[in-house]
Amino acid sequence: MKAIVNVSLKAGVLDSQGKAVHHALDSLHFNGVEDVRVGKQIVLKLNESDKEKAMADVTKMCEELLANTVIEDYEIELV
Amino acid sequence: MKVSILQFPGTNCEYDTQHAFESLGAQTEIVWHKSETIPADTDLLVVAGGFSYGDYLRSGAIAKFSPVMKAVASYAKEGGKVLGICNGFQVLTEAGLLPGALKRNEHLHFISKHHHLRVENNDNIFLEELENGDVVNIPIAHHDGNYYIDNAGLNELKANKQILLTYCDENGNEKNPNGSVESIAGVCNKEKNIFGLMPHPERAMELILGSDDGVKMLQGFLK
Repeated sequence: MKAIVNVSLKAGVLDSQGKAVHHALDSLHFNGVEDVRVGKQIVLKLNESDKEKAMADVTKMCEELLANTVIEDYEIELV
Repeated sequence: MKVSILQFPGTNCEYDTQHAFESLGAQTEIVWHKSETIPADTDLLVVAGGFSYGDYLRSGAIAKFSPVMKAVASYAKEGGKVLGICNGFQVLTEAGLLPGALKRNEHLHFISKHHHLRVENNDNIFLEELENGDVVNIPIAHHDGNYYIDNAGLNELKANKQILLTYCDENGNEKNPNGSVESIAGVCNKEKNIFGLMPHPERAMELILGSDDGVKMLQGFLK
């Protein structure tokens, strides 16, 4: 099983990289972009077949290391 | 007076820090991050600047799990004095020993230059040699120095006088190089024994190098 973890800055926390990318897109005349948020994706290959257990483990990993919950949110997808 | 200085893989300010404290008459010891204890006679523990673990994942995120960090946490909990400079500040926030977090600089550049700082609260051992409102000139050198804390946290910092220093111009007027909340450059914990700042006082020890304003700051710890 794989866990795909997406980490991004919380809504309300200014995302400077997203803002810079937005400006660059504007200068390339992609005018239909309302907002850009840049995050990171962490892909974990797990030797766990129980989805519930995997979700609990990865949530703990996010809380302890993968995200800094003072400024970041995370989403976990199991595939 | 004994100053112990932490060294992680990627730390690069440990020898500057050692030189600075020795020039003030302190004894020093560099402590490798694999150590599970810190020297028993430590009067001040410094988490030095640099790029611990290459800043992988987030600045300071991996260093917080080094074996020595458990000893740091219990040392701090018992009232031991801890100072985190630059990456050391990032490590202390990641470890939950100081409030807030350090984000990428607002304009995304690595900033390396002298910057003026205003003393906000001097009722602590770190800044007691200075007066509130004093302006000091200290080098900054960081990519992730954009201090963030939510409104509730900010109010708490203010109520407890935990904001140590803010970025300013030479006249003490607010001037923000990196986007940090309220131009904050350094904070301490509520108990005022754990200190963190992005600027490098250990690089401002001699006039020939541009400023010796760091002397007054570091001296506070040696009394």
